[in-house]
Amino acid sequence: MERVAIIGVGQSEFGELWDRGFRDIVLSAGVEAIEDAGLEGKEIEAMYVGNMSGGRYLDQEHIAALIADYSGLAELNVPSTRVEGADASGGLALRQAYLAVASGVHDIVIAAGAEKVTDVGSEMTTDIMASSADREWEGFVGATLPALYALIARMHFIRYDTTPEDLAMVSVKNHRNGALNPKAQFRREIKVEDVMRSPFVADPLRLLDCAPLSDGAAAVIIANERVARQLTDSPVYITACTQASDYLALQNRKDITTMEAVRKASELAYKTAKMTPRDIDVVEVHDSFTIAEILAYEDLGFVEKGKGATLIREGITELDGELPVNTSGGLKSCGHAVGATGIRQAVEITYQLRGKAGKRQVDAETGLSLNIGGTGATAVVTIFEVR
Amino acid sequence: MLPRFWRKIKYRYDIVGSECESCGSKFYPPRNLCPVCRRRSRIKEIDFGERGTVVSYTVVYDSPDEFKLQKPYVVALIKLDDGPLITSQVVCDPDRVEVGMRVVKAFRKYFEEGDAGIIYYGTKFVPE
Repeated sequence: MERVAIIGVGQSEFGELWDRGFRDIVLSAGVEAIEDAGLEGKEIEAMYVGNMSGGRYLDQEHIAALIADYSGLAELNVPSTRVEGADASGGLALRQAYLAVASGVHDIVIAAGAEKVTDVGSEMTTDIMASSADREWEGFVGATLPALYALIARMHFIRYDTTPEDLAMVSVKNHRNGALNPKAQFRREIKVEDVMRSPFVADPLRLLDCAPLSDGAAAVIIANERVARQLTDSPVYITACTQASDYLALQNRKDITTMEAVRKASELAYKTAKMTPRDIDVVEVHDSFTIAEILAYEDLGFVEKGKGATLIREGITELDGELPVNTSGGLKSCGHAVGATGIRQAVEITYQLRGKAGKRQVDAETGLSLNIGGTGATAVVTIFEVR
Repeated sequence: MLPRFWRKIKYRYDIVGSECESCGSKFYPPRNLCPVCRRRSRIKEIDFGERGTVVSYTVVYDSPDEFKLQKPYVVALIKLDDGPLITSQVVCDPDRVEVGMRVVKAFRKYFEEGDAGIIYYGTKFVPE
């Protein structure tokens, strides 16, 4: 296995980008990543694209070919592959790129993620996101994605005494971080009272417990160690990139307050990287809903099951805490551009490990990202190091 | 939606799922393969009866188009007395639903495809 490094990163702004189309957004992220890596573009041997639902958001399939075309890679006949795992699509693209380089098949590849969601209305968006859970047996009864996370949240409240205020504090923290991120969608701080006064989406989850759905794209250039050393003084190594599955519908899981795919993927990632949760300095998790961040604390092994809320209550996951989580603002404040999110998380960890995260910089030599599809049927865990 | 719906009418109108005779695992919705035994699965159909207990619930305020006239509505995870969990709607005042509430199966309309379209029926639950 080749050692694998990130040598370039790019991210479009995230948000409601009414005046920008899909092609335009993807291109801005891709060009930024290629420039950041100091490449011309022709060195790239393959492309992997994470996109959840071009078919329904844009009436456009064959997204990988479209992106290859508009990024100039079709002129060079570079193979381009779309991968899909709901909102873990970006994580899957990152992992495919990692595997392609680790295996020795390719020297330099690009992993991108992109979604354009604002060309359809919000009710359609709710329906599309519900298709990341079990459309026939959950979506059919009106169980939207927030509704399913609400079922998880209430179970966590009952079993472990987690409170709506704990969830609100996750949102408040992520907004505080996002306010420092020039590419975040919501660059403003909020208070616990703001969350608690926002309307219910699916009780007990309120509007400010839910990440927005955003337009956006992100890209990373991945190379083997030999090439990375030639091209950059600041490679960020990927020492593990693991993936696991769980039952699609909540009703088939033994315990809906545990994301078994996250537990399995992270156990394997720590083993592969020869690390423990204690060795991780900075983390990006998939806070599509605030309860998901609490679950992530537990299922990634940072705290025992049921004690997730203590990390937010004690400030441990704040920017100045022992284990900063979602320095970018997370999905809640930075924005959730569905298929782009897994790549966007890798971009943030790269900024942090290079020491280029600006006002939100933390002291870190190792990082971890967690990208989840739907209610956790797909999970991708990546560990990053600068050594 | 129609063909994939009517194929499963038997399982939607009644709570019919699967049991693996090799290991005793029970599944709703039905499966053709037991994920525990896989190749050694011995699947048979089983009716999980009509009663259960709410183990978690939510009141949905933001819904796709076809549910908008029902808002706010209750979606619950229900432990069936004779079987596994099922995700379904509970038809009651949203203020009344609580964890531990006893519920019983009821045949109800779910939604329709526009004004002149197909009407989809299925199982919901009502307080016992």
